[in-house]
Formats: sequence, C-alpha cells, structure tokens
Amino acid sequence: MEDIDAIAVLQDPVRRRLYEYVVAQGREVGRNEAAEATGVARTLAAHHLDKLTGAGLLESGSRRLSGRSGPGAGRPAKVYTRARGERSVSLPARDYRTAAELLAEAAELAGLDAGLCAAARRRGESLRGSAGPCGGLDQAVETLAARGYEPYLEGAEEGAGPVVRMRNCPFHAVAESFPPLVCGMNLALLEGLLGEEGPVRARLDARPGECCVIVEASKNNDD
Amino acid sequence: MTTPTPASHLAQLNVAKLRFPLDDPRVAPFVEMLDPVNDAADAAPGFVWRLVEDGEADATGLRPLGDDVIVNLSVWETQEALWDFAYRSGHLEVMRKRRDWFHRHVEAHLVLWWVPAGHVPTVGEAVERLAHLRAHGPSPRAFTFASAHTAAEAAGHAPDGEPAAV
Repeated sequence: MEDIDAIAVLQDPVRRRLYEYVVAQGREVGRNEAAEATGVARTLAAHHLDKLTGAGLLESGSRRLSGRSGPGAGRPAKVYTRARGERSVSLPARDYRTAAELLAEAAELAGLDAGLCAAARRRGESLRGSAGPCGGLDQAVETLAARGYEPYLEGAEEGAGPVVRMRNCPFHAVAESFPPLVCGMNLALLEGLLGEEGPVRARLDARPGECCVIVEASKNNDD
Repeated sequence: MTTPTPASHLAQLNVAKLRFPLDDPRVAPFVEMLDPVNDAADAAPGFVWRLVEDGEADATGLRPLGDDVIVNLSVWETQEALWDFAYRSGHLEVMRKRRDWFHRHVEAHLVLWWVPAGHVPTVGEAVERLAHLRAHGPSPRAFTFASAHTAAEAAGHAPDGEPAAV
C-alpha cells in the first residue's frame, strides 16, 4: 500500500482513536482493551484494528493474555503494536530526508559536532521563545509530546526520582546512521527547548528502541 | 548448555587517536568513564569478550598502531547486540564527546568481521582487518555498520580463526 493510501485509512475517527491508543501504550494491546479505552464495541474495534493492520500501520500477533499455557489456557488473543515502518506524504514532493542524510554525512566527516550542537541549542531556545525554563516534569511531557517525542513518565528507581522517557525519536533514520552526531544534536535541541537553568534537565541515557534523552529533576534541585 | 551456540560471532576493532595523553586533565572525563562503561559492556546482552591488557582493567595501555592511538577490540554474539551497546547504552555519552578527546578520523576507524564462535581474535588479526577495510573498502572480510555482511557471506571468503598474514 502506498503511503498516501495508508495514511488515508486514518481518516475514520474511530480508527484514528484506536491507532493513537495502541501507539501510546508502547506495548501489545488486545482487542478488549482497545475497545474499552476508545469506547466502542469489541467487534467494531476488532474490525478497525484489522483494517489498520491491513494498511501496514499496525502489526498483529497472538498472545495468551492470561499468561497461562497448555490445556485450559484458552485460545490466544489477537494483540496489536505499531508497525516499525515510517509513512509520510508531502505535497508537492519534497525529499528532506536525503538532504538530512547528506548533511549529516558531511558533518560527521568534517567533525562538525560542536557547530551542529550550537545550532540545535539555538533552535531549541527559539522554539521556547520568551518563556522561561521548563517548570517541571509534567510540563516537559507536554512540551515533548507537542514535538512528537511520545514522552511518558517512568517511576522512581532506588534513590532517584521519576524521569521522563520518550518512545519516539523524531530524527530516527539519521540518528541510526550517525548516532553520536545526531543524538548529540537532539540533546542540545532539548537543552535549549527546556532550558538549562530550571528545575529539570535533559541528559543522555540511551536504551534500545527509545529516544536517547531523558528529562529528570535537576541535581541542584534534589536537596 | 541447552541453547545452541551460534556458529559465528562478530568481532570489532575501533581505534582512536588521542588529542592529549591519557594523564592530561583534558582527557580526564574520558578516563573516568572507562571503568563504568567497560563494566556495562561486560554485562551487556550478547557480549562475548574484550581485549584487556595483562594485569589491567582495559586495553588503553596497548598501542599497536602508534603511541597516541588507543584500540578497542571485542567480540559479540550479533551485530545488533554490538550496536545496542555502542549506541543505546552509557557508551553513547562517550561517543557524543569524542571530539573533545580524539582527533577526527581521516580513514576508517571501525571494522567488523565474523569469527568462529570461541575464537579470540588477536591484535594482529584485527589490525589486518582494519588495513583491509581501508585498502579495499567494505567487503564480507572487513565491513562496517553501514555496509554490513552476514556470516554466510563471509564464509565464502578467506578462512578465519588462524593468525592472518599482515
């Protein structure tokens, strides 16, 4: 299916709610759960979830949700996650991705990390405008969500407070090709966007499959 | 062991030319990260082996490519495991600051190649692979993340597991 057709599948409002719900969970979602969360009947949810799978926007699998196996465990339930591929449509046709890849390759070869990070920090600051530094983790979640990072709060671990982690890297394709360069750029952008003198700070804490940056309470705010 | 051992493991060599000696304060942040990052590597999924100088915690004292060039030689179960450690762990922070401590590379500074599981690559073998990559570009014998080759492709090439001629 072409990108424009796949994206058009989301025009149906119920389908779009289901898609957004599955994406936001960051894990496998069953039909019952998706139906309840979006307030539609299970059969309708199942129909639309399968449409989304057919369009290549979701992937489906089967799982025994009860965690049991063997006789008596019941039939495996169908579960859905976001498909890995990217979809985009630009009218008229534009190809910023090739431009980004070429610029990143040249910057990597020339060792332009510092200049790129300075530009990213300025961009972050200008996106913030006249507003002061980000006031807290909840505000950080809001700001990051608006920029497509898909943030979520992760609970406190031993001795440390909660942190904001992000499921989505908006620069995924170039970040995979030039990780130190592009992840450094991303960190600088977020430092500018959130401010570096406020109660929260951004730092690198990369994990497989997520954005490389986390946001946490500033160190000097702990005590 | 009941799990089958994969027939091939991925070896990697990367080299970095220091801007300052390792005891220079300007490189201190790098030196401070050595132990925690090496510990993270040892505990990382898919980690098999890394080069360590006799009696030391790491290989930074070995300088097979010149007095100011440090080397990092390790073996991993899969390419994904190595990638996730290199770029999706605390190691990424070291990579991000690499320009503070290391000269920009003019030639390839990272080489990957397949070895039979259980084989411990020698420094000489690793240096030969890097030289091969620099001389001939990526091939199943010596490649990079951006130009990966499978173990099956490499099997069609020169046999490995023996000290390679330099």
